[in-house]
Amino acid sequence: MRVRLTFTKQGPLRYIGHLDLHTLLERGMRRAGWPLAYSQGFHPKPRIQLASALPLGFTSRAELADVWLNAEVNLAELRHRLQAVLPKGIDILGITEVDERAPALQTQLLAAEYEASLPAELASRLPPRLIALLQASSLPRQRRGKPYDLRPLIHALDLYPSPDGERAILFMRLSARQGATGRPEEVLDALDIPLDDARIERTRLIFAS
Amino acid sequence: MLTPEQIETRLERILLKVQKPGRYVGGEWNSIVKDWEPDRLKAALIFPDIYDIGVSNVGLKILYDEINRRADALAERAYAPWVDMEALMRQHGIPLYSLETKHPLAAFDLIGFSLPYETLYTNALNILDLAGLPVHADQRSDHHPIVIAGGHAVLNPEPMHAFIDAFVIGEGEEVIHDLLEALQRHRRPQAGGQAGPAFYREALLYDLARIPGVYVPRFYRTHYLEDGTVSRVETLAEGIPNPVIKRIVAKLPPPPTDFIVPNIDVVHNRASVEIMRGCTRGCRFCHAGMITRPVRERRVEEIVAAARQAIRSTGFEELALLSLSSSDYTHIQELVQAISQEFKNDTLTISLPSLRIETVSIDLMDALRDRRSGSFTLAPEAATERMRRIINKYIPDEDLLRTTREIYRRGWTTIKLYFMIGHPSETLDDVKAIADLCKHVLAEGRKVAGMKVKLHAGVSTFVPKPHTPFQWVSCDTRESILAKQALLKRELRDRNIKLSWTDPEDTLLEAWLSRGDRRLSDVIYTAWQNGAKFDAWQDQRKFDLWMAAFAAHGLDPAFYTHRPRRVDEIFPWDHLSAGVRKTYLFQDFRQSLEGQIRVDCRQRCYACGILPTFANLRRDHPGPAWKCPEVKSPRRAEAPPGPAPTPSLEELPMVGD
Repeated sequence: MRVRLTFTKQGPLRYIGHLDLHTLLERGMRRAGWPLAYSQGFHPKPRIQLASALPLGFTSRAELADVWLNAEVNLAELRHRLQAVLPKGIDILGITEVDERAPALQTQLLAAEYEASLPAELASRLPPRLIALLQASSLPRQRRGKPYDLRPLIHALDLYPSPDGERAILFMRLSARQGATGRPEEVLDALDIPLDDARIERTRLIFAS
Repeated sequence: MLTPEQIETRLERILLKVQKPGRYVGGEWNSIVKDWEPDRLKAALIFPDIYDIGVSNVGLKILYDEINRRADALAERAYAPWVDMEALMRQHGIPLYSLETKHPLAAFDLIGFSLPYETLYTNALNILDLAGLPVHADQRSDHHPIVIAGGHAVLNPEPMHAFIDAFVIGEGEEVIHDLLEALQRHRRPQAGGQAGPAFYREALLYDLARIPGVYVPRFYRTHYLEDGTVSRVETLAEGIPNPVIKRIVAKLPPPPTDFIVPNIDVVHNRASVEIMRGCTRGCRFCHAGMITRPVRERRVEEIVAAARQAIRSTGFEELALLSLSSSDYTHIQELVQAISQEFKNDTLTISLPSLRIETVSIDLMDALRDRRSGSFTLAPEAATERMRRIINKYIPDEDLLRTTREIYRRGWTTIKLYFMIGHPSETLDDVKAIADLCKHVLAEGRKVAGMKVKLHAGVSTFVPKPHTPFQWVSCDTRESILAKQALLKRELRDRNIKLSWTDPEDTLLEAWLSRGDRRLSDVIYTAWQNGAKFDAWQDQRKFDLWMAAFAAHGLDPAFYTHRPRRVDEIFPWDHLSAGVRKTYLFQDFRQSLEGQIRVDCRQRCYACGILPTFANLRRDHPGPAWKCPEVKSPRRAEAPPGPAPTPSLEELPMVGD
């Protein structure tokens, strides 16, 4: 049985990396008594696939993972047992069964949406920069010494006040295809926004199917 | 004092600039967050090294559970921030805080340090300073937390006497409750409804000093002879015990099971169960073996139940069964059978360290299917018959070779052998024998398992620890240690042999700190002020700075470690008792000089003193858990024994070099 989890990564858990999140889920599922299917070989590992690595420091409202089990279990039961033993910050938003032979999540990922929460005074200076950035036909940049074009990786940008009106939200939809990943911190940098001032949250992952 | 919210706001600006920020945020599964109700005593438990090392410390975990089980108290945790984090915390005015609720340490009533080894001392000072607290105990007021420390290193607490209000000597499970109750009794009303600690400090410390097993250094004064050794220790108030006898629990309480599950990768990602406490082998160099007496074992069913609950509660991938000498656990076969049966359907890795050098050990490891690490560890410690007799760890070469051959034959490709150099009277020939033995083990391994076999020789350097039969001997000199290590490096050039060793600077620092008297406090303070911290980390070591600190206070480090001693010398730690008589230790030392072996004391009691010290406890708790003989004498009134007698003056040779 293959199940797909949608979950949040909030609070202190934003300071743990991708591999650590993997281990955290694994241990949680063992505590919950999930009948995990293990890989063969000398170092058997549970078969868990995360859709996309979330950069350290980002929170998320929409992470996805596929997990293989070697028994059929009621989904509501699985969800209930796991949620009871997860540390604060991970809330299970949904659980579905998927076809065992369906393609891996990573290969189906097209884009990801992010919200960067910014101080209001900073946001007031942003609209002209935003327009300039969207109007550019290319945005040549370097990342880790490699030149690349940021512009085609940006699918959409928007700016609006936060619900409480105290901060501004910069919305970004960026490419997340394998080998063509737009990074929110690169967009902020291109907009001349200091990373220190922004809190970034991933809000949605968009898949092909 | 900053509020938790203010601390969190400031943290947010720095956490993404440090390595592994997950160390500093808490939120782990099984961590316990209780409300800060005014009447509750708040305890901060601190392992003074980084999170990655401290989070799996079992001693603090026991205390964390003991305290949090009480309705009138709570316990939270803190660790030493790594140097990158410390710099940013100081720059942003963030005091050290607890992981559970982000309260500054200064808001706690009690700060408890675990000090299992001496190279943590400067970190403890640094932590007090990072908390914004006066580092010196005599500068703390009624509105500062009470600072306590426990752990193996504090069996000689004197080097840290200036910084710690009260030391717990021995086992903490019961005495922690005595401490908390004393704290509750001496709370004073807060001026203007302020939060934070408030005690009638003087009265509290006096009360603490009279709890069995608690040492409050301010009630003792050390007098010295002209040669710098101790002449006597004076008690400064009525009813202050001398000696302070360590605390033990008669019966080991149920082991902790709900271990903190770190959200990041740490050194020991595992649940553990302590199967027994103490050791009956009597290796003369071994501090733990002397200070953790008597042996008390847990029952097989209790261990299996705890292991089951620990794995269920944590989801860890590894379980460790801990003790000082697993092979000596009475029902080891039964235990291993039961554990392997319990987890037969799991992918769990089970480790059983500290096994004796005999083929039975391999059967035990086979039963636990321990092939994960691919290596098998044994600790012969010495390689010649003469040295083995001196240290009282006697394993004939034939036994070692038979065992290692069998280990390779059954499929382990790597054997780790632990040795120690610098034992008393050791020569270069004894050291060369270590290299020869390693080569022999490897050659024999190749005969049974081919060229793929490997050997890892871990060669540490002996430190003559307090409360051991070797407390009278000198440390090996830096030059001699270097010569011995050079010989090993020269001899062990095979690419299938990996050699590791301890730099002599690290050994000497450990020796000075473990054997120091009260004057070492000034040295530690100066060294810390000049930048010493993380002394256990080779890349952080600042040896010259320590030498300068000794010089600044007119002390010669060699006084502590490199001189002949009179057999009736009063050691700086003689007013602290581990329950083992000094006369017993001295007798054992004499037997060592004669190359006499003492067999496992389960076979024959050598009257080390543990039984008379705890005779009433032993009487009250009969049964198989305690491995010392039954006490038959009538019950004695609960009067603490007098000061440990010193050896008679007729045998007054100088010992050492």
